[in-house]
Amino acid sequence: MSGLRPWQELSPGGTIRPTDAEKPKTGSWRTGIKPLADLSKCTNCLLCWLYCPDSAILIEDTTFVGFDDYFCKGCEVCAAVCPVGAIEMVPEETETPAGWVMRSDESGS
Amino acid sequence: MAVKTQAGAQLLTGGEAVAYAMAQIDPDVFPVYPITPQTPIIQTFAKLVANGKASTEIVNVESEHSAMSAAIGSAMAGARSMTATSSQGLALMAEVVYIAAGMRAPIVMAVGNRALSAPLNIHCDHSDSMMIRDSGVIQIFAESVQEAYDHAVMAARIAEHPDVMLPVLVCQDGFTLTHSEEPLTLTPDEDVQSFVGEYKVPLPLLDVEQVTTKGIFALQDYYTELRYQMNAAMEAAETVIADVFAEYSQLVDRPFGMLEEYELEGAEKVIFLMGSTAGTVKDVVDELRAEGEAVGLLRLVSYRPFPFEAIRKALGPVKEVIVLDRSDAPGSVPSLHSEMAAALYGSSAKLRAHVFGLGGRELVPDEARAIFAGEAPTHIGLRS
Repeated sequence: MSGLRPWQELSPGGTIRPTDAEKPKTGSWRTGIKPLADLSKCTNCLLCWLYCPDSAILIEDTTFVGFDDYFCKGCEVCAAVCPVGAIEMVPEETETPAGWVMRSDESGS
Repeated sequence: MAVKTQAGAQLLTGGEAVAYAMAQIDPDVFPVYPITPQTPIIQTFAKLVANGKASTEIVNVESEHSAMSAAIGSAMAGARSMTATSSQGLALMAEVVYIAAGMRAPIVMAVGNRALSAPLNIHCDHSDSMMIRDSGVIQIFAESVQEAYDHAVMAARIAEHPDVMLPVLVCQDGFTLTHSEEPLTLTPDEDVQSFVGEYKVPLPLLDVEQVTTKGIFALQDYYTELRYQMNAAMEAAETVIADVFAEYSQLVDRPFGMLEEYELEGAEKVIFLMGSTAGTVKDVVDELRAEGEAVGLLRLVSYRPFPFEAIRKALGPVKEVIVLDRSDAPGSVPSLHSEMAAALYGSSAKLRAHVFGLGGRELVPDEARAIFAGEAPTHIGLRS
């Protein structure tokens, strides 16, 4: 357990500020499948963004732009709630076809 | 309610007196559930709020478990929070008392100490406080109504000190103090207000500029460090309590201490106990001193933190220490007994210990004399 902080450096009771916690790379747990979106079907209803438990839906303003590889655990919730069937779960090694979106910038932003 | 007896003095029960102190402080939130013998505290406090003496939000919750839970929430949010309980209420609350201490919530809680069931009993002993002895809360025990009032005024300053940040329990003997009227001097409202000051805790939940997560999950990697913090806080509390006691002592011209030394000068046999029974023992010490016996009393005020060093220093070269625990520990020895044994380790002083006063049973002067004489049974007054 190297790299862990001593008791003196922890806030009383372990209160956590945003700067205290490393961004957990939940994407590293992914189940072997990943979501892909067909932008030609997407209506920008953003239900996937509302339901995603890991902030893995990327949007710009109110427009869906893709999935965040850093956080996506492959839970399939987005595919289940998409009302137009624009999201499909595919094997991890699947290449991204044209018009389908999966972003992997390691930023965790 | 209050009867004016003389200039600056009131005649109040311990329950009323502590409620007066809390109303003078005017905390933001007071979640509470009634239980004998605590009830006069919240009853009086609610009356004072209704009469405009304080502007506190009293939250009538469904149990003591909820009372402490709500107090943690409001304390963490940035509101000065107080509550009160006794006995079974403290037992039900115990789970959350550990959480309050672990989350470092500086809550002040008035306790009217009472025996635990079974059998059902509403009168005083210290079993309820002993049950949460290792929870990380500070516990301060009063001998008189005046002292319970003064402790209640000082408690917030101790709890909220940045080096401490722990709950403080202001303990008084159920019925013997909570329901007994004694004359006392109330500190003027403005003096209480300026002594206690404004409630400031670091990183309150409602600070939207500095968002935080409270009540975290910590496993093998951080649990030890976060629990250890409370050891450092308790160590700091010894200094903070001494400082706050000294400052308030200056203000009101009454002495305060983590210990009270009574006739220890040249004493060979010393009784060690907590709470209102000290009054009886002091009378007996006076009588025995008049008869030429070298006896004294050491009264423990601050049960947590337990002032080991100060106790060793106060006892000096006494020949015999007699510990009186107002709680029992079937299968072991009670708290004060084992802690005094730890304090005396390596000393030549003889240690004797008794259990007394369970379920409100009085300790009478003749029994105190028998204890000093070494003629009392292990459990004082036990019929066998």
